[in-house]
Amino acid sequence: MGNKQTIFTDEQLDAYQDCTFFTRKEILRLHGRYYEMAPNVVPMDYTKDPDVKLPMQLIINMPELKENPFKERIVESFSEDGEGSLSFNDFVDMFSVLSEMAPRELKAIYAFKIYDFNTDNFICKADLEKTLNKLTREELTAEEITLVCEKVIEEADMDGDGKLGFADFENMISKAPDFLSTFHIRI
Amino acid sequence: KEDKEEDESKEEDNGSQQNRACRRKNYQRRNRDGKKAREEESQKKDRGKTAPTKDQKDSENKEKKTTKRGKEGKKDRKNSTSSASSNSSDEESLSEEELAMLKEQVEQKKKLISTMRNKPWRMVKKLSKWVKFKRDFENFKTQCIPWEMKIKEVESHFGSSVASYFIFLRWMYGVNLVLFALIFGLVIIPEVLMGMPYGSLPRKTVPRAEQETAMDFSVLWDFEGYIKYSALFYGYYNNQRTIGWLKYRLPMAYFTVGISVFGYSLMVVIRSMARNANESTADGDDNNFIFSWKMFTSWDYLIGNPETADNKFASITTSFKESIVDEQESNKDENIHLRRFLRVLANVLIICCLCGSGYLIYFVVKRSQTFSKMQNVGWYERNEVEIVMSLLGMFCPPLFETIAALENYHPRIGLKWQLGRIFALFLGNLYTFLLALMDDVNEKLAEEDVVKNITHWTLLGHHNSSAGNASAVTPPPLDPADVPRGPCWETTVGIEFVRLTVSDILVTYITILVGDFIRACFVRFVNYCWCWDLEAGFPSYAEFDISGNVLGLVFNQGMIWMGSFYAPGLVGINVLRLLTSMYFQCWAVMSSNVPHARVFKASKSNNFYMGLLLLILFLSLLPVAYTIMSLPPSFDCGPFSGKKRMYDVIQETIELDFPLFVAKIFSYVANPGLIIPAILLMVLTIYYLNAVSKAYQRANAELKKKMQMQREEEKNKRNNKASTNPMLQDLEDLLTPSTKTESPPKQAEDKKTESLNGSSPVRKPGRGEVLAGSPMASGRGAAFTPPSQAFVTQPRTLGVRAPYPGQPRPWGHPLGPVPGRGRGQPCYPPWAAR
Repeated sequence: MGNKQTIFTDEQLDAYQDCTFFTRKEILRLHGRYYEMAPNVVPMDYTKDPDVKLPMQLIINMPELKENPFKERIVESFSEDGEGSLSFNDFVDMFSVLSEMAPRELKAIYAFKIYDFNTDNFICKADLEKTLNKLTREELTAEEITLVCEKVIEEADMDGDGKLGFADFENMISKAPDFLSTFHIRI
Repeated sequence: KEDKEEDESKEEDNGSQQNRACRRKNYQRRNRDGKKAREEESQKKDRGKTAPTKDQKDSENKEKKTTKRGKEGKKDRKNSTSSASSNSSDEESLSEEELAMLKEQVEQKKKLISTMRNKPWRMVKKLSKWVKFKRDFENFKTQCIPWEMKIKEVESHFGSSVASYFIFLRWMYGVNLVLFALIFGLVIIPEVLMGMPYGSLPRKTVPRAEQETAMDFSVLWDFEGYIKYSALFYGYYNNQRTIGWLKYRLPMAYFTVGISVFGYSLMVVIRSMARNANESTADGDDNNFIFSWKMFTSWDYLIGNPETADNKFASITTSFKESIVDEQESNKDENIHLRRFLRVLANVLIICCLCGSGYLIYFVVKRSQTFSKMQNVGWYERNEVEIVMSLLGMFCPPLFETIAALENYHPRIGLKWQLGRIFALFLGNLYTFLLALMDDVNEKLAEEDVVKNITHWTLLGHHNSSAGNASAVTPPPLDPADVPRGPCWETTVGIEFVRLTVSDILVTYITILVGDFIRACFVRFVNYCWCWDLEAGFPSYAEFDISGNVLGLVFNQGMIWMGSFYAPGLVGINVLRLLTSMYFQCWAVMSSNVPHARVFKASKSNNFYMGLLLLILFLSLLPVAYTIMSLPPSFDCGPFSGKKRMYDVIQETIELDFPLFVAKIFSYVANPGLIIPAILLMVLTIYYLNAVSKAYQRANAELKKKMQMQREEEKNKRNNKASTNPMLQDLEDLLTPSTKTESPPKQAEDKKTESLNGSSPVRKPGRGEVLAGSPMASGRGAAFTPPSQAFVTQPRTLGVRAPYPGQPRPWGHPLGPVPGRGRGQPCYPPWAAR
């Protein structure tokens, strides 16, 4: 291959290609996007694996994420420190999982994480209420919200603990016809 | 025996090692592992030695093949990582043998994955150009569909039932466009281009008596004057058998196009109904997760545009509200007897209303017939029928709605009932209109005989007089404007329909303007200086009247179908009307209407509207068919003038234009002896198909029931898990195919694999401990656990319920150390450690 790029070593690029669903070109492009968010912080040379993280505020202002009601949760789920700052690896990870080529099971894992607002590994009623409010911009009345959340738990909760565990969530989402097409960000 | 195998494999290794130096490492490692495995297995009696060694050979061969295909470096790294992971997996507390087995499987699968990842990836690249082209074409096609964005906007704010009206409107526009193209291209254009021009024939000229007023606006507005004698109406067309250099058979074309208008409409309506029926049976299966899917899969992560996001929020909210309404309806349980009684009562009341209005219309029509015979009729008497009909049309629908409040139906069903009732009311209107028209036609037919004689004698007289002046020269033809004209009932009928359509358009638009827009302006601006809150109380903003608009559309189309045979230009007027209607109504809805208080989902199939349309189609076919078959055409206007019946044109064409045998065939086919058996055959086919379709429906329902029962059983099983014997629980869990252990290795990402390996096997170790001592290949064959151990350990279910004896929850989450990429160590309770 021709172009000599000095951002990553060949081994790094190969590793990225192994671990994500992106091609070489796309990874370089992602680096470009990551760089232009904070050019004075992100180095152009990643060969030495610099430890650079971008704060959540920068990431959620990306045009791909700006209109998404769950943008904070998305970034938090992929951030290693749980605070929402993403290193480049996390950044690539995030878009890889949300890309078209990621398999359903993988997406389901991360979707579960995103909708689990209090990160207790269960989607409980409070999580559902928060999700609903974000989806409808709080236009539903309190009783409508309660009704919907109760219905969701009734539909999906298989083991009867009153909240959705990962198995419940996966069982429900695996049958959803729209999941793969909506849980998709193109970058 | 073992040595020989080792030697063989060594030879293979050597051969390949000459090619790739870096693979030496992997082969050596593999041999090392393989040797270890072999040594372990030779100690066991119950496992065949051939199996693992064969597996190893296969894996080696496979590796050779795959590496030859390219991307070897990647493979090496994979192998090294896989062997690295397999080395680290030694730390798992499984028996050596199980470890080797698992390792083999994992390695095999990883190799498989790497090959798979290569090949399909390249294929996808190759295919993708074609796929891309198809996708672009689909996008282009969907962009060509007009008003898609507009309708989506309406849908997101007002719900799917209001949007379904606009979708119906758009569909009607499409159908009318096709009909217009047919009529315009095959009838109007040929006559205008190739037929005789205006003024050359009596039928194409304004009569002398009317010529001064022919250009007046009021006359034109009534569709008299120049418009009457134009290609818009039946009377303009000449009955010449062939016209122009193309020898275009205009009368035949006129007749055929008239019939095919009905044929095409019928085909399109039935096709649409069939398609809707298909769709409605396809789903209905996935009713189980409606709210869950709405919550987790409705937001489209691809949205980046703020306006689109706004629309999406609105549509999600509306969609939730619709489902909530559905849910609340299904939860209502009331006194069923009271409900039934009220419904019967409501129906009785409404039937009384309908009968009353029917009688009223009949009475008024009879009166108007007597009035027309009298002199000195006032304005009221002349227009009594129209006034009564308008009043009925204005007051009965709200009356029906108030009575329907007794019935307490789901709004969707209530809408259907309302539509049906207003339909019955409008049928009364139709009846009177047709009756009036038939009276008119009969009158004109009677008049025609008289005029025919007059015309005949006038022309004769003109000939004689002009012959008297100049004997040798042919007499100058009488100016077309002076020829006495027949009443031409067909054009009159056409004019009536056109007038009706135009007044309908005007009334609709004015109603929308006043009833919705002016009302909205009034409520909005006068609210500041009014005693009570106009927005909350009376009159408030209008809601979009779905039933009224749909019925208006359907009846309008019926009028078009009835009138298009006698006024070819009518379809063009309708196309214009539908086009402007779309924009006008979209604007009116978005600016002056509020969403319904109870937003409800449109019924999945649009078949109700289609059914109404079909009914109207048949009703409008009948009068036209009757007039074609039994009334004689006018003698001096239209393409069939001079014939005894309109359908004689077919006979004429067959005789003169087709070869002889075609005429013979037609005469045989028209024989009743052939037609009656054909009809019988069709009836039998319909009966048979009906029976077959019922059988399929029954089978479908049974399958659905079975699936439903299965789902409930599964749910009950899971719910009752805690109550059953824990040992049986273990057994059950083990017996279910442990696809969970096999799915982690399938992940193509190493990092993800590691985190998943950290997660799912965490569920397994509990069972693994239970089955200490028995081979645990994939969790199967685990039926015989020694009871003592089973009581001590319990499988880790999600949401750890039963604490282990003396242990307050040994490990944190069911999912283990998942976040990030690190591969955490699943912790085990001390008594399970080896």
